[in-house]
Amino acid sequence: MDLRKVALFLIVATPLLFGCVPPNQRILDSDQSQVQLRQIQSRAFDTTDRRLTLRTAIQTLQDLSFVVDKADLDLGTISGTKLDGYALRITVSVMPRGKKQLIVRANAQYNIEPVTDPEPYQQFFAALEKAMFLTAQQVD
Amino acid sequence: MKLRPARDVFLALVLLGFSAALQGCAPTIPKDALLLQPDSLARRQLQTRRFDTSDELQLLQASAMVLQDIGFSIDESETKLGLIAGSKSRDATSASQVAGAILLGLLSGSNMPVDRVQHIKASVVTRSPAKGAMNVRVTFQRTVIDDRGQVARVESLEEPVLYQEFFDKLSKSVFLQANNI
Repeated sequence: MDLRKVALFLIVATPLLFGCVPPNQRILDSDQSQVQLRQIQSRAFDTTDRRLTLRTAIQTLQDLSFVVDKADLDLGTISGTKLDGYALRITVSVMPRGKKQLIVRANAQYNIEPVTDPEPYQQFFAALEKAMFLTAQQVD
Repeated sequence: MKLRPARDVFLALVLLGFSAALQGCAPTIPKDALLLQPDSLARRQLQTRRFDTSDELQLLQASAMVLQDIGFSIDESETKLGLIAGSKSRDATSASQVAGAILLGLLSGSNMPVDRVQHIKASVVTRSPAKGAMNVRVTFQRTVIDDRGQVARVESLEEPVLYQEFFDKLSKSVFLQANNI
């Protein structure tokens, strides 16, 4: 076989092999495990003060160079965007867990990709922990 | 072309790797995107001013007026959490950049894109660090679009002058409001 033909075939065929998730699966990100993702994106804090926790999360986002786009105390969510040669969007929600704890959950989007890597979330919760003066506990 | 299996297989593998790298999914998040940076405290100081008041709502109102003064529309607010977010769009044409593009076009015949529009966003956040005091922190960012409609750059704005001017206006606004002017 001619090498040029091989090359052409490879260039056309490899996207099929290595290609991303089909577009329709992207709508609900059906390729990801819901349980695992929750674990990566959530931490529990020993406090019941939702308002203070949301305010501290806003402060943490500002410390991380985000501009806060939205906040809703009743719903318990805030959203922000960081522009630094890329667009990083994050939503943080604060929900009660039992009578003595709050769950803080963050989900982020880097340009047009969901952030599923645990490390950025660890970094976010490390920053939040510092601002809260409370330990972020892993949620099972 | 004569068939030389070892070389051809090697070349094919190189090509395979190369095109996979080209066609692969979008790049992933930078390792330090959500890492608290050592300079975050300096940035916080630059972007924050303290006011001797415990009236958060009044401070937020004064901030909303300043945002209006500098041409922003309010997109979102939640006074219970001390947040106002606004945005505006402005011309981003820079004479020196246009001149550069024309010069380069004359020399090389290529057509370099130039900045056309900037979409600017700001958020103002208030919080009480201690009794009788309120901190106001403002952050600005922008997206610049070029004359081809492409995003030229996205960035946070960190020029100290910008923040000084904003807080000068806010101090005035608080004063004007306190005196009902």
